[in-house]
Amino acid sequence: MTALVERTETWVQVCRITALLPERGVAALLPDGSQVALFRTYDNEVYAVSNTDPFSEANVLSRGIVGDRGGVAVVASPMYKEAFDLRTGVCVDNPEVSVPVYPVRVVDEWVQVGLR
Amino acid sequence: MTATLVVVGHGMVGHRIVQALRDRDTGGRWRVIVLAEEPRPAYDRVALSSYVDSWDPEALALPGNDYAGDDLVELRLGDPAVRIDREARTVVTAGGVEYRYDALVLATGSRPFVPPVPGHDLPGCFVYRTIEDLDAIRAAAERARTSTAPGRRAAMVVGGGLLGLEAANALRGMGFSPNVVELAPRLMPLQVDEGGGALLRRLIERLGLTVHTGTSTESIQRDGDRLLAKLSNGTELDLDLVVFSAGVRPRDELAREAGLEIGPRGGVVVDEGCRTSDEHVYAAGEVACLDGKVYGLVAPGYTMAEVVVDRLLGGGATFPGADTSTKLKLLGVDVASFGDAHAATEGALEVVFNNAVAGSYAKVVVSDDAQVLLGGVLVGDASAYTSLRPMVGRELSVDPALLIAPEGAGVGTGVGVGALPDDAQICSCNAVTKGQITAAITEQECADVPALKACTRAGTTCGSCVPMLRQLLESCGVEQSKAICEHFAHSRAELFEIVQSTGIRTFSELVTRHGQGRGCDICKPAVASILASLGSGHILDGEQAALQDTNDHFLANLQRNGTYSVVPRVPGGEITPEKLIVLGEVARDFGLYTKITGGQRIDLFGARVEQLPAIWKRLVDAGFESGHAYGKALRTVKSCVGTDWCRYGVQDSVTLAIELELRYRGLRSPHKLKAAVSGCARNCAETPTKDFGVIATEKGWNLYVGGNGGFAPRHAELLAADLDTETLVRYIDRFLMFYIRTADRLQRTSAWIESLEGGLDHLREVVVEDSLGIAEELEAAMRRHVENYTDEWADVLGDPEKLARFVSFVNAPDAPDPSIEFVERRGQRIPVGSEERGSQPALIAGPKLEVVNS
Ligand code: SRM
Ligand SMILES: Cc1cc2nc3c(=O)[nH]c(=O)nc-3n(C[C@H](O)[C@H](O)[C@H](O)COP(=O)(O)OP(=O)(O)OC[C@H]3O[C@@H](n4cnc5c(N)ncnc54)[C@H](O)[C@@H]3O)c2cc1C
Ligand code: SF4
Ligand code: FES
Repeated sequence: MTALVERTETWVQVCRITALLPERGVAALLPDGSQVALFRTYDNEVYAVSNTDPFSEANVLSRGIVGDRGGVAVVASPMYKEAFDLRTGVCVDNPEVSVPVYPVRVVDEWVQVGLR
Repeated sequence: MTATLVVVGHGMVGHRIVQALRDRDTGGRWRVIVLAEEPRPAYDRVALSSYVDSWDPEALALPGNDYAGDDLVELRLGDPAVRIDREARTVVTAGGVEYRYDALVLATGSRPFVPPVPGHDLPGCFVYRTIEDLDAIRAAAERARTSTAPGRRAAMVVGGGLLGLEAANALRGMGFSPNVVELAPRLMPLQVDEGGGALLRRLIERLGLTVHTGTSTESIQRDGDRLLAKLSNGTELDLDLVVFSAGVRPRDELAREAGLEIGPRGGVVVDEGCRTSDEHVYAAGEVACLDGKVYGLVAPGYTMAEVVVDRLLGGGATFPGADTSTKLKLLGVDVASFGDAHAATEGALEVVFNNAVAGSYAKVVVSDDAQVLLGGVLVGDASAYTSLRPMVGRELSVDPALLIAPEGAGVGTGVGVGALPDDAQICSCNAVTKGQITAAITEQECADVPALKACTRAGTTCGSCVPMLRQLLESCGVEQSKAICEHFAHSRAELFEIVQSTGIRTFSELVTRHGQGRGCDICKPAVASILASLGSGHILDGEQAALQDTNDHFLANLQRNGTYSVVPRVPGGEITPEKLIVLGEVARDFGLYTKITGGQRIDLFGARVEQLPAIWKRLVDAGFESGHAYGKALRTVKSCVGTDWCRYGVQDSVTLAIELELRYRGLRSPHKLKAAVSGCARNCAETPTKDFGVIATEKGWNLYVGGNGGFAPRHAELLAADLDTETLVRYIDRFLMFYIRTADRLQRTSAWIESLEGGLDHLREVVVEDSLGIAEELEAAMRRHVENYTDEWADVLGDPEKLARFVSFVNAPDAPDPSIEFVERRGQRIPVGSEERGSQPALIAGPKLEVVNS
């Protein structure tokens, strides 16, 4: 994550941190038309992964249930329920599949997503 | 001095040989070299079909298959043996490496038999034996999905035996419509008899498979990028792919070339010590031919492995013969066959129960004096299998008919697991007796199934004995985990109790005090449902919102392209022309696909998240309410037209259906609830498939409970007869609340009733006779539900904070998701299939997004 942050130059200001309810995602649109799913976990970590569920190709990951698998924060796709590790994007149920993760930071109460 | 054992083949039996030898050869007399053709270490071939669930080869790996840290075992993957020199006692591999052996074991298994049908080797023709075979089928399925027009893909399975049906099942799971072609006059000819085969065929056809028995495949031809198969019954099939599963042939080629004795129908001939015609060479598993027989099951192979190891260590073990019992559940259909299933023993008698209506067939075969159980066949309901199989060859203490009599659920008096003698075999795959299992429980303190598996190996192969392991644990007084998921060690019913008695009303408090971690997509919706059943405010209030599955979160049903469907409630299916017009107008104005559902109402599909409030504003203004099609809640109460119009009606079914739907609307439950009311015994509202169904009689109402359609359809059963309306409603109140409190997560009423000790009779005692003294409490809970009901959608429309969540993007609230596209079909819009969807369209005049530079 640190390495990514350093290489990122452009940040998209997405929303106030207060718009992120704990353990409930939102989707955000990036200037290139791609979509990210943003999550805030119970311990106030903020994560950003692609909004596209690789199993259905629908843009729905932001609408999944957030929780943990063995202590690792995950979101379960609302479509067919595969869980994705929020830190790495790797699908816990099928490690050959993963979703892109995005750099994300909170600056003055604003959530910003780094362009990849 | 250390001698060298070379094992050729690292399949299930090869692995068992190495394991057993390394377990028993504590002095290190043998070092072992394993030559494996496949690129990966031994895996669970018996469970091969489950590979299609995860596509994860690791999930099939057999425990300990890499012999990590064991210096005495060398495993060479992907380098098959190609030649044996018996004089020099060496084996040469394809890679040119030569190994000298003191003893050699052939465990090369079998290869699928492919009948020499013209075209059998065309691209698109597959076999079904290895992980690689399944990967190839999957790749072809993927190609078929992306290259041809949408619609269901077709496949043909040649062979209607156990493996053929398993392959057909897997293909169905991959989205194919399978055709099964079997030469014999019935399916699974080896295991089941004519009566069982006929029922099996009916049950399987009902699930959408096409079966051709007594039929051979004449030819397969290319037809563009598809295949055309011609069958001997004149049928021509247009196919995406073909899987051959017409039996197996022993892989005895190495042995043949080396001049070892081969059986008349193939297989390396071995004696009862598993030794071949060369005293330094053994054979075990599917490649071995013992007493003229080749066994296609893993259990005899494992037994041979133990015999070989015993011999290698100087023992004199002999092969005791094998149990070729089979039990499987395919497409939800149980089939079991055990012992002398075809009554081949002289004088054997058969007792048959054939219930074509309920879809079950049971036969037991007994000795001529009806004293000894010899075998049997069960189709449709094989619950009796686990208790009957260990009884084979034993004196019966009861009338054979009782063993399979329908009422006793197959387990007649005296055949429960407790009644079995200690030497009865519970796990036939691994030859583990009841005595060994109970000893593991009581002496080695195995407290659950995984521990028993590790300790005794029982249950590690086909898994069919696992229910018996659970029963044995229970009969030894060990309680079983009912944990709902990794976050709570409780069952849903226990969580309900906790929430109800402690007054805890948030998930965070519940998981902190009674669980661990932060929950998941299993426990969160379950807790949300419990909170809702106990009337804890709107389901999107505060933290509850984060517990809801997406359907409940957006109060609509997620569709495959990320849009939602909208289903307003139409109580009892009765609707005025004005309201119909409103539905039509809303659908037209928002471009929604419109369909009449199977539940007597109208579904509007294709709404984007940010459109839902505007759609519902129009609907609520016109007097509609949420239909809860998205919730584990009451769905519909179907009605027939009844006395108002029907010339046969004896009661007013429409009025009752509307009353019941309005009474129980919004009621959250462990699974969805469906109901129906029919105005006479002709039963046009289909009550037998409902969780509760009411049929009018001359004297009042009959109440049926526990029916459902779906994957495993079940008929509702009569709970009480000739009730007046008030008593009927009271009984339904009690029934539903009792279910809500005590059922498991996602357990329909049918399965719940089955799980109750005492079943329907017990339920009747609780509901009708109030045997637990809780009727008043259950009715009060239902009264609270009825009094506190409000329409979820009207509530959302009146609450700006909740409304604010219905946006497409947090930084562009009204911008439609650019990836959602539609095409037209029969005058309406449907989602673009993934095959038709090109790259994401670029945004023209997109929303204004804020960009900053760091
Ligand atoms: C729309 C409808 C099909 C239709 O076009 O007619 C339908 C559509 C769905 N059904 Fe159904 N079922 C519909 C009537 C039925 C019926 C017939 C009936 O209700 O009389 C049955 C068999 C009766 C039964 O439920 O026992 C039925 C048995 C199922 C099942 C299997 C349940 C089971 O116990 O095995 C599921 C899966 C589940 O719920 O887990 C299911 C699940 C679904 C889901 C929710 C699947 C999903 O998760 O996307 C579908 C989405 C609904 C939507 O998007 O609006 N649907 N489904 C019907 C809606 C009825 C309504 O007005 O609410
Ligand atoms: C889909 C499916 C479902 C099944 N279901 C059941 C069931 O429910 N119950 C049951 O009892 N049985 C079942 N079976 C059968 C069971 O899998 C076999 O009986 C069992 O695997 C036999 O073990 P084996 O070691 O003899 O052969 P295999 O497991 O086939 O192993 C033989 C190995 O030897 C290798 N080999 C062959 N020649 C060479 C060579 N020259 N050099 C090196 N390696 C070589 C092969 O590549 C293979 O890996 C099923 C089989 C399949 C395919
Ligand atoms: S069930 Fe009876 S009342 Fe209802 S439509 Fe059929 S015949 Fe008429
Ligand atoms: S009977 Fe097959 S694992 Fe026990």
